[in-house]
Amino acid sequence: MSLFRRSNSGDVARERLRIVLMQDRISLAPQLMERMKEDLVDVISRYVDVDRGKIEVEWRRTGGEPALVANIPVRSVKRGVASDDRAS
Amino acid sequence: MGESLVITSGKGGVGKTTATANIGAALAMMNQKVVLVDADIGLRNLDVVMGLENRIVYDLVDVVEGFCKLKQALIKDKRVEGLYLLPAAQTREKTAVTPEQMKNLVGQLKEEFDYVIVDCPAGIEQGFRNAVAGADRAIVITTPDVSSVRDADRVIGLLESAGFEGPLLVVNRIKPKMVDRGDMMDIGDILDVLAIDLIGVVPEDETILVSTNRGEPAVFNGSSRAGQAFRNIARRLRGEEVPFMNLAEVQGLWGRLRKFVGLE
Ligand SMILES: Nc1ncnc2c1ncn2[C@@H]1O[C@H](COP(=O)(O)OP(=O)(O)OP(=O)(O)O)[C@@H](O)[C@H]1O
Ligand SMILES: [Mg+2]
Repeated sequence: MSLFRRSNSGDVARERLRIVLMQDRISLAPQLMERMKEDLVDVISRYVDVDRGKIEVEWRRTGGEPALVANIPVRSVKRGVASDDRAS
Repeated sequence: MGESLVITSGKGGVGKTTATANIGAALAMMNQKVVLVDADIGLRNLDVVMGLENRIVYDLVDVVEGFCKLKQALIKDKRVEGLYLLPAAQTREKTAVTPEQMKNLVGQLKEEFDYVIVDCPAGIEQGFRNAVAGADRAIVITTPDVSSVRDADRVIGLLESAGFEGPLLVVNRIKPKMVDRGDMMDIGDILDVLAIDLIGVVPEDETILVSTNRGEPAVFNGSSRAGQAFRNIARRLRGEEVPFMNLAEVQGLWGRLRKFVGLE
């Protein structure tokens, strides 16, 4: 069956382990998630006005790789973001 | 002044007690003075694995509570010079001893012995904290499966935050044939995720069960492959460079061993 031929179980184990350890290590360091959130917001706030209280960052597995998915509600967009001021 | 080692794992049943008995006996065979300390209070096992269960009079808790002198509780192994066991109490709880008391006890033993080897209980609660309290170095045992390696990672994190530098890894119960056909993680895979130094690879071996049945550590059996692997671990602990046996996949990996893979 193709299901079993996909890859050897040793490889499957290694991949699952890699991902579960990422999640374990992150969840054991909640301050790290918080700091990352703060840093993200600081950067994004330079361009748009965001609602700091409503930000969500979480792990999600879409396909193979785990992904950090951020939901950052935007209150307003600053005037002039469209023009690239660094170029001038 | 000797050195203290704790043998730990997180997950239960991966071979801590087997490793404690065999590494300890192997060190004694190398003319070292060794004491094995069973810190698994309430679930003592090291005595039966060593075949010394009939000679227990006092135990670790008796010593800590002052019912007997430390020397009175030590059981001398008659098969090899310089090997002793300090058994755990069987009818008490892990909380009968504090980390501070364990630290004192191990400190006293280090004055008499070259190696004090502490067999840690499974888990990461008080029993774990007691077992690591007096240890200078830690050996982490894992088997090549996802849950065991995951728990090893957790324990390595705890050891590092407790101030241990460079815990050493033993991968136990490797089946080279399964690794060859791709149905078992190999040593490289495990080292990649755990990112600590390897001190030994022990094959799955029926002689372990036979030797446990008899109460004779496998290192006493010259033809046991697992026994050979444990003797090699003892030599590496003594600072000798010993190549990893029979597992080609380990050999080419020395360069990768120290590679740091992970989040940090
Ligand atoms: N290399 C090996 N080959 C075959 N069997 C093994 C091997 N290592 C350990 N075992 C067996 O696995 C079982 C568990 O081993 P052991 O008691 O040493 O584990 P442990 O980590 O001390 O367990 P616990 O967490 O309960 O204290 C025993 O029956 C032992 O004989
Ligand atoms: Mg045990």
